[in-house]
Amino acid sequence: MSDNPIRDAIAEAISSNDVILFMKGSPDAPACGFSARTVAMLEALETPFAAVDILPDPRIRQELSALSQWPTIPQLFHRGELIGGCDIVSEMYESGELAQTLGVQPPADAPEDAPAGADPAPAPLGIENRLN
Amino acid sequence: MPSADDVKTRIEAAIPGAQAAVQSADEVHFSATVRATAFDGLSRVQQHRLVMDVFSDELGGSIHALALKTEVP
Repeated sequence: MSDNPIRDAIAEAISSNDVILFMKGSPDAPACGFSARTVAMLEALETPFAAVDILPDPRIRQELSALSQWPTIPQLFHRGELIGGCDIVSEMYESGELAQTLGVQPPADAPEDAPAGADPAPAPLGIENRLN
Repeated sequence: MPSADDVKTRIEAAIPGAQAAVQSADEVHFSATVRATAFDGLSRVQQHRLVMDVFSDELGGSIHALALKTEVP
């Protein structure tokens, strides 16, 4: 164990989940259009995946990017390796490479073009009103 | 602020044999397609890193975003 528990937890999550997506928001309530699109592609392929919301603590994103050497969110990992962000995943979805890499048979009704994804929810901003 | 031409020139100078097509409507968000033999044998992530590394100091600063597509000729 290093003296960096957040980085250790991220590394552990990546190595213990076959497919894991680091995203803004959750799969049911993505908080960013790129995250929403990436979730939509995984769902279109009916791939089971683990998801981590990076928004609750800025250190998650900082440590993730330091570990993966990748600056942006989302980041999709397969068997410990970074597949890419939304651009790369979209390109691979459309070429069929994503299903191949993940080892899934795309369902017959999976769209050929990368699906657009749900409209992102506004960034969660908890305001506790103590003005009154 | 870099122009689309600046971004193109810098990618082509940094990656030997690369040909880049770069578009930008506002000179802060860029979209580039880069074709290079140097990408051969690399994963897409590694290909993107080669290009992103050219702008490591500016990404998030004068360059807000660089949408990227890489190709092996």
